[in-house]
Formats: sequence, structure tokens, C-alpha cells
Amino acid sequence: MRQLAVTNALLRTHPDHYDLDDYEGGVARWCTGCGDNAILAALQRLCRDRQLPPEKTVFVSGIGCSSRFPHYMNTYGFHGLHGRPLPIAEGIKIRRPDLDVFVTTGDGDCCAIGTSHWIHALRYNPDITVVMHDNGVYGLTKNQVSPTSPRGLRTNTTPSGSPLTALNPLTVTLGVTNVSFVAQCVDWMPEVVHDIVAAAHDHQGLSFIRILQRCPEYMDGHFEPWIRDPERLLLLTHEDGLQPSPSTSSTYRNQRDHDPADLAAARVIAETTDPIPVGILYRNDDVPCYEDLRRADHRFDPEEIRAVVDEELDRFTIWPTGAAGS
Amino acid sequence: MLTNGKPRVRPPILLDEHVIDVVSDSGEGAQRCGQTFAAIAARSGHGIWTVEIIPAEIRPPARSIAGASGIRVRIASADVTNGGDAADLVVAFNDQVLRGRLRAKELRPGCVVLLEDKWRTDADPDVAAAYSQLHDELSADGFVVHEVPMERECRRLVDDPWRGKNMFVLGLLCRVYDLDLALAREQVAMTFAKKSAEVIATNQDLLEAGWAWADEHLDLRFSIPTTQVDEARIVVNGNTALGLGVMASGMEVCAMYPITPATSASHYLSSVFERVGGVVHQAEDEIAAATFAIGASYAGKCAVTITSGPGLSLKQEALGLAVMGEIPLVVLDVQRGGPSTGQPTKAEQGDLLSAMFGSHGDAPKVVMAAADIEDCFYSVITARKIAETYNMVVVVLTDASLATAQQAFRRPEFSTDWLAPPIDQRPVPAGARPYDWDEHTGLARRFIPGQPGGMHCLTGLAHDRDSTVAYDPDVNQEAIRMRSLRLAALQRTLRPPTVRGDQEGELLVVGWGSTRGAIAEAVERVRADGHRVGALHLRFLQPLAPGIGEHLARFDRVLAVENNWSDRLEDPMIDDENRRYGNLAWLLRARYLVDVDCWGEAKGQPLQPGVIEAAIRTRLTQRVEVPR
Repeated sequence: MRQLAVTNALLRTHPDHYDLDDYEGGVARWCTGCGDNAILAALQRLCRDRQLPPEKTVFVSGIGCSSRFPHYMNTYGFHGLHGRPLPIAEGIKIRRPDLDVFVTTGDGDCCAIGTSHWIHALRYNPDITVVMHDNGVYGLTKNQVSPTSPRGLRTNTTPSGSPLTALNPLTVTLGVTNVSFVAQCVDWMPEVVHDIVAAAHDHQGLSFIRILQRCPEYMDGHFEPWIRDPERLLLLTHEDGLQPSPSTSSTYRNQRDHDPADLAAARVIAETTDPIPVGILYRNDDVPCYEDLRRADHRFDPEEIRAVVDEELDRFTIWPTGAAGS
Repeated sequence: MLTNGKPRVRPPILLDEHVIDVVSDSGEGAQRCGQTFAAIAARSGHGIWTVEIIPAEIRPPARSIAGASGIRVRIASADVTNGGDAADLVVAFNDQVLRGRLRAKELRPGCVVLLEDKWRTDADPDVAAAYSQLHDELSADGFVVHEVPMERECRRLVDDPWRGKNMFVLGLLCRVYDLDLALAREQVAMTFAKKSAEVIATNQDLLEAGWAWADEHLDLRFSIPTTQVDEARIVVNGNTALGLGVMASGMEVCAMYPITPATSASHYLSSVFERVGGVVHQAEDEIAAATFAIGASYAGKCAVTITSGPGLSLKQEALGLAVMGEIPLVVLDVQRGGPSTGQPTKAEQGDLLSAMFGSHGDAPKVVMAAADIEDCFYSVITARKIAETYNMVVVVLTDASLATAQQAFRRPEFSTDWLAPPIDQRPVPAGARPYDWDEHTGLARRFIPGQPGGMHCLTGLAHDRDSTVAYDPDVNQEAIRMRSLRLAALQRTLRPPTVRGDQEGELLVVGWGSTRGAIAEAVERVRADGHRVGALHLRFLQPLAPGIGEHLARFDRVLAVENNWSDRLEDPMIDDENRRYGNLAWLLRARYLVDVDCWGEAKGQPLQPGVIEAAIRTRLTQRVEVPR
């Protein structure tokens, strides 16, 4: 009977099944029509599908519209500094490989102020899922140009239009040593977003997903031509990659078979901006994870520390004359 | 041993202590020579302190005045707490590095000089002339110059004396200071422990050659009585002590970015940390190092980031995040000369106020400073414990003068009490809130990922007890009050510091960090002349320990002595209304409403007891009435 009581107590704290609402935190305060809402729904669905224990799941974000994300999840969340979610996530993972760590970041957070962390996180390759919400504009600070803004975009800091060509996050990512998973999708294809975040989560290593996302406030109508013409999306399909449902396939008929193991082909596809490639561009399961290289799961043992500290002190010790160890 | 035909040797001169400089071009091994010499002296029962003489460049040109590389060793009968004043004896591998020390006024009048003589006959007439000129100049000025054929003697044993001269000089010094040759041989074997038996044997031969040459040719013997050591002691430098402290504190993650002069602490830690499962993460920049450590702390035990001034500046926003999120974090700042790139290899105590107030907004942090090498070790252990007890950022300040200085101190006895307990992964009780601040102390238990029921979104935004974003002005103010209260709660637990020397009288000298030994020595010298002077040294700068105000009140005047700049009243532009004080003086004036005077230098060198003594004497002779 007592054992049964203990089991019951455990069951209360570890429910045997999580529903979608078990992952729902605060009410999302994004604008109506903002693509972030679709991404939130996809990630909550992923948590439910994979039955991730909320207490073992951490969403880390930077600053920006998309970085409000962790507030809307009922998991652990870390809403930190502009540009810095990646090193925070790496730090979490270095001693806690048992935690499922997600990073939600934006095009400003990741591709401007946090660029160096982006490059180096790819190289460290910790086992985290990075979702880069790319709406091509700064929203929270009210309409400034972003590195991924299209050339000519008029914003408060580029009133006569952005003079620069947009940075392509896919080619950058695919050029970094140790890159192990790169995918792209668009917020208006919820089924594909879900399938891709699921594949990303299941990948061992850093999964980088760029999600092109509508901003109804400052980029209203920007993606309309692509939404209205499914031919302007290039669906990358493969038995080891995205396998769209028949209904998706019947709408998005511009498809190409692409093996995610083929880095050279992935780089060529990444150069394409119109049509927009959607799918898994690259996956390599053989890149070691940083936390594995650094023995993240080592259990600290006070006696082991004592032994090593004593051994080290021995190296520097001057023993009194006649004492042991001299 | 050669006994016949050597010059009459006078009996050794009995001394309490000596300051010895060994200087060479960079790469000739003067530092290794001095370190080994200090270790032999310490093992013989001497008190020792070493200070490295570091050129700013990795490979400065040979025979350049600015390129002097080497080491100062102060050896004494009793314990030594600082590098002392000018050198009593200098060994120079060439005349130009010697001229560098002369220009820097680092040689005592009448100083003994042991000088490599090969330059006298150098093929380049300019070199030979420069050598002769300095030699004659020194002799005329009363220096006792002994020319030593270092290269010629070494060439009998090795083909490339450039790499062997240092051990020849070591043997020379061991003979001059009457140290045990067998012990010296043993120490040389330890110095080259990672090298082959052949390398060790060669270096021991060079050592003996130096010994024998001095025995035969040098009528120069000093004897410094030793104190019998009856306890095990360790000899390490400040940065190694920091690394040892990190390991002994039970911290598991150190994130850093290379920066002088802090990096060697991480070098040492990297060489040992993995043996206990620890990780030294060299991040892509200082900001990443700080945020990586913050992530590791948030999800586990308190982590540490190690840096120097410019790195501290870069980390400030992240430190504010740790304050806001109440994430424990230890920051080790090995200070260097600033601002900007400043003097990377030189000592300065310039970061106290930026460590306290550097992050934007009201971001209370604990700031402590290590007073000597031993303190570097224990400060890290204390810092870790405070960080995790109060969920605060703790900055430990050391500086370049401690980083490479070596001291012998009692061997620490490891205690498992030093270690952090395993992280709490128990379910959070129903109804518990992530920032359930105690009304009196501001303390709140932190929830660590993995704890069922503790899910919340930690945020750098102003937040309430549930960690939800605070839009209510009262909620923001309450959180600020709670984060502030914890410093007061810590302050109540601190032991009042004690005054050394006189407990009341004419002048109280207050210091912090690496200057403790030099200030104490200066104070003792003026007390010996009958002045009533005390020395107060502060280990905690934020919060300031209880009882300090009472100490200040018992003296006619208070002088803060720091290794940083403060305006001097003798400058015609400076008066009481525009004078900029030293870091500590600002603090003391603000806290205790006492008209604290200050004196400091910003020469990039450790403060020497002699210059502090002079500053104290100036204050004592100025009969200025200070309003109380």
C-alpha cells in the first residue's frame, strides 16, 4: 500500500500524458496575423507529440518580438539579452544534457547583434533546436531595417529604401564548419512547419531552422506574391527529408528531390531566393555535439575533487624538512 | 670542489632579506631562473615573493631597454608579503636590459651587479662601446659590478648558451646566497620534470658550473638565516591560486575569452579541470563567456568567468542580467592598467568602481578583493558560496601584480564543505513562486530546470514574484528593493575588519587588494619612528563590512592608498571642489562622511613599501587641520 502511495505521488508530478494546454503559458501578445503565432502552435504541438516533460524543457530567447516566445510556453524559459540566447543555451546544455533546449530568435537577434554567437554555435554544435523567426524587419523597436530586409525596403532608418542586398542566412549557415542541420519553411504552411521542427528536434546536434514569417505591422503584404502563387515555393522532398502529405503535394507542385546529406547541392539551393526553398536542406548526424566532447554528463564526486586538489597541491608543496613527501 | 688558488673569501654578510633581480632579453629564461631560485629558497625555509618583469611584446628586439624580461625575487628570514623596494642585487644578461632597470630606478644605490661580460668584446663596436660605457658609469656611481663570463662558461657544456645561461646563473645565485646545492639539483629536476633525463642532466650540469664558477671567482657571500618551517606550504602564483580555488570550490564550468593578464588562470585550470569533469569553455568573445557561464549557472551549479578590465566592460550587460534573474555567478577580474587597451601586462587597481556600478541601472553585486596569493585561493571559494547563498553576482578583484607573483603559504587542507551541494531537482511545492522574496532579506529560493512544478520564464525584464513581466510601477520598485536588501543581509554576516598597528592616532591608512603587504610594511616603518599609524585592509568592498566607520573615527586623518590615479592637490589646477579621488576614497567618503585623503600611483607597477612610506610621511608632516 505504501509503495502504491509513493507511486501515486510520482504520478501527480509526472503526468503520464501531456495535452497541448500543458504547454501553454501566458496569452500571446503578438499582433493579429503575426507569423509568430503559427510557430508557437507548431512548437507546442511538437512538445505534445514528443511528450516532452515541461520541467525538462527550456526555451531560451533573446530580445525582439519573437523572443517573447518563452513567456507563452509552460516550460522553463529564459528571456535573456539581445543577441545572446545561443551562448546561454550552450551554457545550459554543457552540464545538463538531460534538458531539451530550444532557442527562439529573430533576424535582428541572430543575424545582427548576435552574429558571432550564431557562427560559433554552429561550430560547437550543441544538441539544441534553433528557430530563427525571420520577418525581415525590426518590429519591437518599431520598424527599422534588418540584415535580411529586402533591398529598397523603406523603414524608419532607411526612409529612402535600404541600399543593401539582404543577407542570406542559409548560405551563411551552410558555410560554417560543423553545421549539422539546416532547414527553411514559411509560417503559412503549418503542417510543414510542424514536420520541420519535429525533424529538427529529433536531430542530434544544432538544428537551425529559418522560418520566413509575416509581419502585418511593418511588412504588410510582403509575402503575398509567394502566398498567392504556390509555384514560387520550391518544396524539397526526400525519403530522409521532408515528406509532404498528399494535400500539401497537390497544392505545392513545384518540388525537387533533394538528399539532405548532399552539402554541395544544399549550398546551391540555398542561393535560391525565388522560388523560396522549403524543406530540409542539410542534415549530418555524424557531427559530434559539444557537450559530448566536453563530457557534460560527468557526475561530480567530492572525493574525486579532493583527490585531484590534493594531487595538485602536492605539486606545489614544500614539505617541512623530514616530513613525508619531500 | 676547487679549493686551491681561489680568492680569499670574506665571511658571508649576514642579512635579514635581499631583493634580487634577474633580467635578460625575452626568451633567455630569466623568469624560470628566478622562479626556481625562489622555490629553492622557500624549501630552505626562507620567506619569498616573486614579481615578474614582463615586456609588453612577445619578442621585443634583443638588447633593448624596453625589452627587459625577468623576475624579481625577494627572499627573507621571515614571511614576505610584497616585492619590496629597489633591488639589492641584479643579474643582467646584457647591458641594455640593465640600463632599463637603472632608468626605472629599480636598483638600490650601491646595488651589486652581476653582468654578462661577452658584450665587452662584441664584434659590433657600438655594442662593445655601450657595454663599456654602462659598466664605467655604474662603477663610478658606486654600484659593485662583477663581470661574469656566462656565455663562455656555458659553452663548455652546451652548444647554444642562449638557452642554458639561466641555469648557470641559478647556480651562481645559489652559491652567493649559500643555498644547498643538492636541494638546488633536486629543484632543477622538478623544474624540467616534463623534459627528458638528458635535458635535466644538462641543466643540472649548468647549475653546478655556475655554482663552481662563483665558488672559485666570486668573493661575494650573503647569508640570510632561515626560519624552520614546521608546516607544509605551497608556492604558487596568484593566477594558479585562482585556478586551484575554482576547482576546490566545486564549480564545474568556467567560461572565458583570452585576455592578459587573466588568461594564465584559465591555462592552469584547463590543465586540471577535466580530471574532475570540469569544463573550461573558451568562448568566441567576452560577452559569450559571460552568458555561457550564466546559462550554466541557471541550469546547474554556480559557474565562473575569468577576465581582465576590457572584458569586464564587455560583460557588464550580462552581469546585469544575472542580477535581474538572480542567477549566481562568480566573476574573476585580474585587473590591468586602463582605460582602453591601457597596459595589458601591468598592474593597476582601476576596476573597483566599475565592478560595483558598471552595469546600467541599479544592479547590486558583491565585490571582494584578494590581498595576496593565499587570498586568491580562498576568495574564490568564499565567492562561490556567497553567490549561491544569496543568488548574486560576486566579483573578485585581483590584479596583474598578484597574477604572476609567487608566495609561499600554508598548504590548504581541502574540505568538502567548500563544495557546492548537488543541484535541487525535487518537485517545487504547490504554490511556491520563482521569486518568493523574503520580506527582511530579499532572499528567494531559485528554481532550477528539471524541478517539476517550477516552470517559469526567467526574464531580464522587470518582473514580479511569479516572474511575469511587471507593468505596475510598485512591482518594479519592490523587486529593486528586494535585490538591494540582499547586500545588507550579507553585510550583517561579515566580520568587522581589524586595524594593524596603532588602534588610534595620527593616521589610518586604508587599502584594498594587492597592496596589503606593502602598506603594512610602510606603516611599520613609520611606526618604528614613533608615529601612531594604523593600517586597515578591506576584503569586502561591496558591501563594506560593519565597524569600519568606528575605526576611521579613532584617527586624526584617514588616507586611502591605492594603485590607481587620484588628482593631487599640489597640482595648481586641482582643489577640493574638482579633485578626483581614488576608487576606494570615493567609497569611504560617501559611506562614512569622513574627509578621506588619497594617494596613489598609476605607473603599472606594484606599489612598493618605500613609495607608500614616503606618501605617509608627507601626510604626517603636513599639519593640516582636518574638519571632523
